[in-house]
Amino acid sequence: MTGAAVMTSLLAAEVPYWASTIIKLGVVALVIPTAALMLGYVFLMKMMSFMQSRLGPMEAGPYGTLQLLADGLKFLQKEDIFPAKADRTVFALAPLVVLVSTFLIYVVIPTGPDAVVAQLDVGIFYALAVSSLSVVGILMAGWASANKYALMGGLRAAGQLIAYELPLVLAVMGVVIQAGTLDLQKIVTAQAEGEIFGWGGIGNPFILTQFVGFFIFLVAVQAETTQPPFDMPVAESEIVGGYQVEYTGFRFLFFFMGEFGTAFAFAALAAVLFLGGWALPWGDLEHWAFNIAGPVIMLVKVMAVSALIFWFRFTYPRLREDQLQRLAWKFLIPLSLVNIVVTGIFKVVL
Amino acid sequence: MTAVGTDQRQQLAYVATQAADARLNVEIETEGMTLNIGPQHPATHGTLRLVARLDGEQVVEAEPIMGYMHRGYEKLAEVRTYPQVTTLINRIDWLGSFANEVPFILAAEKLMEVEAPPRAQWIRTVLFELSRIANITLFLGDMAVQLGALTPVFMAFRDREFVLNQIEAATGGRFHPNFDRIGGLKDDLPKGWIDDTRQVMEKMRDFCDEFEELVLGNEIFEARTRGIGIVPADVGLAYGLSGANIRASGVDWDLRRDGHEALAYDQVDWKVWTHPDGDSFARYWVRLQETREATHIVDQLLDGLPSGPIMAKVPRIIKVPAGEAYAATENPLGEMGYYVVSKGDLVPFRVKIRSASFSNISITPWLLKGVYVPDIITILASLYFILGDIDR
Repeated sequence: MTGAAVMTSLLAAEVPYWASTIIKLGVVALVIPTAALMLGYVFLMKMMSFMQSRLGPMEAGPYGTLQLLADGLKFLQKEDIFPAKADRTVFALAPLVVLVSTFLIYVVIPTGPDAVVAQLDVGIFYALAVSSLSVVGILMAGWASANKYALMGGLRAAGQLIAYELPLVLAVMGVVIQAGTLDLQKIVTAQAEGEIFGWGGIGNPFILTQFVGFFIFLVAVQAETTQPPFDMPVAESEIVGGYQVEYTGFRFLFFFMGEFGTAFAFAALAAVLFLGGWALPWGDLEHWAFNIAGPVIMLVKVMAVSALIFWFRFTYPRLREDQLQRLAWKFLIPLSLVNIVVTGIFKVVL
Repeated sequence: MTAVGTDQRQQLAYVATQAADARLNVEIETEGMTLNIGPQHPATHGTLRLVARLDGEQVVEAEPIMGYMHRGYEKLAEVRTYPQVTTLINRIDWLGSFANEVPFILAAEKLMEVEAPPRAQWIRTVLFELSRIANITLFLGDMAVQLGALTPVFMAFRDREFVLNQIEAATGGRFHPNFDRIGGLKDDLPKGWIDDTRQVMEKMRDFCDEFEELVLGNEIFEARTRGIGIVPADVGLAYGLSGANIRASGVDWDLRRDGHEALAYDQVDWKVWTHPDGDSFARYWVRLQETREATHIVDQLLDGLPSGPIMAKVPRIIKVPAGEAYAATENPLGEMGYYVVSKGDLVPFRVKIRSASFSNISITPWLLKGVYVPDIITILASLYFILGDIDR
């Protein structure tokens, strides 16, 4: 993801524990704002503008690249407003909870044989579990704002995130069955060393066999990150930003960073689970050079997946709350269950 | 449609809560919520306020409250001379402003018993249809953005610009032409305008085709609009709906064809579009078809544009003889009429403006009962009102 991630992994063997911990902390703390800025600029500002036949920001920095930094500086200058009837502590904590849940996902995403903050045996389980923490923050924000629009947004978000947690997990199950492990690092290795009917030319990225899972995963991610067509919790034209309505300045920026950081994290998860992660199907996977090449390979794949996510975002109108639930419970969940059954049968037969 | 008093509202709210509980057959005590949508809300196109009594996300009752943008045009018109009034009424429906001037001028012409020469009538009709296209184009994009799709509105703004350029080239005003005069028009068309307009009409037809695929062909758009906000024809007529709103309920009524004003619509071959469903989808569909039909009307009018003067003989200082006259035309938003009373003075004695949005919005309390909050936005967007047209 960044050069620092590589440094960490190279140094990890020699530096004492406290130093490597500090470096890892720094890396994760750097990655999220960078990821949010990158996605925000490349997709939200430029891709969206080009799709809508406009130029987007052009003034701040070359080709408008520094626009989001300028926006961040602007947010810093804004007055920090608490609504009169707000629950001040909860109101202040809510954006942090959302951001923390985003941070926690990054911990397990591997970007090289050693370039990973923490390699957990239950990596994917952990990642999906902590990603759903954000709903707590959103509910806190909705409730503490003492605003009807915010409350409705918070409740909508809660209903939506809980409903889409299930297809998300079930979509991943197919990959887990095929790889035989929950460890993200081993899922990457399994894809790089896999073979398609005895031919190992491109490994076996799980998107080839798990395309249904990939589709469900993307749809569920769209809902998890509350992006159109599933953006009812923040629907501007209905509830005026939902749970974010009372937030200003840096707290609002936290929500923004959380949204884009989570989108980046889920895109990274999709890249790891379905597109082969940091590995290339040829070459020695243990080679140190993958610690440098891995983040770059990951970045390319993550941007490809993000492009898909944001393409949907700019194309579709928003569903209604009941239609969203119907889609989750009557279509996505049965489909993912069928996918698991079929995967299981193939696993046993082949 | 006036605001009810606080006591009365509390009483209404209590009744509504009881009704909601009874309907849901719940035994626990649930409390409804009153949600103020507007006057500052992105979906109200301005400053409409909607007091909605909610049960969860379901509307028990909703009441529109208007007047936040009242500018008193009817009163102001009483202290303006007749040529000055058009400057004011341009700003009623600000998206299709030329269309606002026409019925007032027609009413004044009726009182003065002058008639604009044919060329002026034809150009009037052309500009009328251009402002219809400029107005409804924006609706086509705006409805999509209300439903959460961001892209169509930018395309609508982009292509609307071509039409605005033509209006500006002919009248000098992009938004507020102020071009119509009693007895004709201010000026003739500039050189080369007709060919340019033909090209623009070609572009607008492409725009309509694009939107038919992009928006009407979108499954989510259909799911959000089909069967939402159904207006039966008799209810719509009872509430005084007009324009595309009533045509979408299957009522074949269009003042361009059925009215008797001195415009050139009877000279061209065109069709009144209706849709039997009466839901939000139908309203969008009808407006899209009407935009395309308007481009055909403009093309035909330009083909047969008669030559001759553009101004009838009218005195330099206009004094309108005493009398009363009403003229109504089919404006982009629906029927717009001016009832002008003159006492033989330089200024009108009284001008009553019948604007379409005011009547169109009056159906919302009936229409919004029992719908979900997102559908409020769909219905309001599909009824298509402009605040200036409601409050005047």
